[in-house]
Amino acid sequence: MNYTPEFLLNLYRMMLRIRLCEEALVEPILSGQIRCPVHLYSGEEAIAAGVCAALEGKDMVFGNHRSHGHYLAKGGSMHALFAEIFGRQTGCSRGRGGSMHIISPENGVLGIAPIVAGTISLALGAALASSIKNDLRVTVSFFGDGATGEGVLFESLNFAALKKLPLIFICENNSYSTHLPIREIRANNDIHLIAEPFGITHNKYDGNVVLQVYESARNAVELCRNGLGPVFLEFNTYRFRGHVGPDDNVQGAHTDIRPEDEIDAWRKKDPVLCFEKSLMQDNILTAELRQEIQASVDKEVKENFAKALSDPMVPPDELLKYVYAE
Amino acid sequence: MFMPNREIQYSIALNEALIQLMTADSNVLLIGQGVKSPWYVGNTCKDLVRLFGEKRVIDTPVSENAMTGVAVGAAIAGMKAVVVHPRADFAFYAFDPIINQAANWHYMNGGRSSAPVVFWLIINRGGEQAAQHSQAIQAMLAHVPGLKVIAPSTAYDVKGLLIAAVKDPGPVVFIDDRWLYSNQCDVVPEEMYEVEIGKAAIQHQGNDVTMVSYSWTAFECRRAVNELSRCGIGVELIDLRSLKPMDDELVYQSVLKTRRLIVVDGTWKSFGISAEILSRIIERFGTTTTIPMLRINLPDAPAPASSVLEKQYYITVEMIIERTKEFINKTHHGT
Repeated sequence: MNYTPEFLLNLYRMMLRIRLCEEALVEPILSGQIRCPVHLYSGEEAIAAGVCAALEGKDMVFGNHRSHGHYLAKGGSMHALFAEIFGRQTGCSRGRGGSMHIISPENGVLGIAPIVAGTISLALGAALASSIKNDLRVTVSFFGDGATGEGVLFESLNFAALKKLPLIFICENNSYSTHLPIREIRANNDIHLIAEPFGITHNKYDGNVVLQVYESARNAVELCRNGLGPVFLEFNTYRFRGHVGPDDNVQGAHTDIRPEDEIDAWRKKDPVLCFEKSLMQDNILTAELRQEIQASVDKEVKENFAKALSDPMVPPDELLKYVYAE
Repeated sequence: MFMPNREIQYSIALNEALIQLMTADSNVLLIGQGVKSPWYVGNTCKDLVRLFGEKRVIDTPVSENAMTGVAVGAAIAGMKAVVVHPRADFAFYAFDPIINQAANWHYMNGGRSSAPVVFWLIINRGGEQAAQHSQAIQAMLAHVPGLKVIAPSTAYDVKGLLIAAVKDPGPVVFIDDRWLYSNQCDVVPEEMYEVEIGKAAIQHQGNDVTMVSYSWTAFECRRAVNELSRCGIGVELIDLRSLKPMDDELVYQSVLKTRRLIVVDGTWKSFGISAEILSRIIERFGTTTTIPMLRINLPDAPAPASSVLEKQYYITVEMIIERTKEFINKTHHGT
C-alpha cells in the first residue's frame, strides 16, 4: 500500500507523543507528585495510533484503565490529560476522574473506565445508536486480554452480531492480566477465535507494527461502514511498564512477575523505534527530520506538563457539583 | 384541541406515556427482555413495535448486563434510552452498568457527559413465585449517588413521572409494581405532562397520624385509610412518588401536625427506605422531641413460595388497619 510521507510522519509523531507523554509521568509517579493510579501505555502505541488513524472525527471510541494512548490518538488534548492526572480543574474530567476516567466528547472519546470489560457494552450501545440513526459512524471498543474473562464480552459479541452493528472489538493482548500471565487465565491464547461462533469477522495481527494495525483497522472500518460489522481484531503487544505505575514488574523485584529476558525481547520490538527505523530505511525520515520531530514533541509534552502543573486545583466547595446532570 | 381526562388503568397510562414519548422524540428507544410479550410486560408495551418498529423497540436475548450497558451506551451517544427488567431480580446482573457506569458517569467525567437512561424495574411479588421473582430492590438503588428513583402508585403519576424520567438529563430508576397494572385506575389527562421528580403528594388529609408509603403499598394504604376514617382515625396519607430525591419536607410538615408517623414500605425492614424516612424525620426534630413512629415492612426473609407463607409475608390492607389501630391506641396523645 502506498502512503504519503505526511501520513506516515503523522503516525510516527502520534506514537512519539504517546510515548513521551507516558514516560513524562514516570518521575512524578515515583516522587509522589501524581497520586492517582496511572496505567502506562508505553509499548502499545502502535495500536492506538494505527486504529485511530483509520477512524474519522465523528467515530467513537471507548477505552479502559490503560487508555491515555486511545485518548491522545483520537484527538484528546494533552494538556487536559496531564491536568486530569494532576487533579486540576482544567482536566478533561475537571479533576473528578483522574487517569482512569478521561473523556473528549468533541473528539468521539466517549467513555473510558477501569471496570474490566465495563465499557464494552457501552460501545455496543453507541453502535446501536448509530444503527438506529443510520449516521454511518463506527464505534471502537478497546479492551485487554484480561477482559476476555468477563461474561459481558460474550453477551456483547452475540448482540453485535445479531444486530450487525458498526462496532470494532479490539483486544490489546499484552499477555498479562494485572499480575497473571495469560497462560494462567485462559485455556487458549488465540483470543480472536472467541468471535468465530458468533459469525463475526476476526483476525490477529502484530500490534507492534503500526502499518499492520492501521491496515487491519481500515478494513474493519470499511466493513462496518458498509453494514458488514461487527469485526473483532486481536493485536499482540507488550507493555514495557508494569500493570500500574512505572514499576516494571520484573522478576526479583517485589512485584516479581516478568522475566527480564522477556522484557528485553519485546524491547527489540519497540513499536516506536521499529517504525522509526523503517521510515529511515525508506528515506521518509532523515536524521535531521527525526531530531526536529522529537524536539517538537518533547517541547509539546514539557509545555503541557508545566502548564497543567500550574493550573488551579479543584475548589473544595465543589465536592457535590456534577452528582446530578442539570 | 380538547383533550378529555379519562379514568384509565395504571398499565394503560404507562403505555400511553411510552407511545407519546416515542412519538414526540425519535431519540427515545425501549430495550429489554420481553417488550414484545405481555407475558413479561403486561399491556404496557402494547402497539409499540407496530408504531415504532423493531429498531427502536428492541426485545433482547437474556443478557441483562450487556443489554443494560447498551442502553447506557446509547444514552451516552445521544439517545434517550428506557431499559426494562420485567423481573427486578434479574437487574442484579446489570448492577455494573447501572451503578458503576450510569450513576457515576456525570460526576466522574466532570459533567462533560451524561447517561439519560431510565432503568425500568418491574416487581412481580406474589403468585408463589418465591425468592427470585419477587424482590423489591429499590433501597439498594436509592443508596447510590447519581441515581434518582421514582416509584409511583397511580395512573396519573406513572404517566407524568415516566415522562419526567425520560426527559431527565441523567439516569432514573423507575420502580414499577405489576400488582398496580389492572388494580389501579384513576383520571389521567390525554396530553403529555410531567410530574416533578422528588415531589410527594398528600392523598388523604387527616390529623391523627401521618402515613407514608409509595408504589403498591400506597395503593393498599388508600384502601386502609378509608376504613380507618370510618373508625374515627384521621390519617394523613402521603405518597412519596419519588424515593430519591425524597420529599421529606412534606412528610415533616405533616408530622408537625399529626405528631405520629407510620411508614408502610413494601421492602425488607433492615437498612431500607423506611429506616431512611424515620431517620430523616428524627434529624429534623432533633433529640428533644419524641414522635411515636411505626414501620410496616416485609420481614427480613426471602419471599416464600407457599401461599400460606405468602399471606404472612406480604403487607395487606388488613394488616395496615390493624397495626394502625394498635399504634394509635398505644400512643394516645391524651386529648
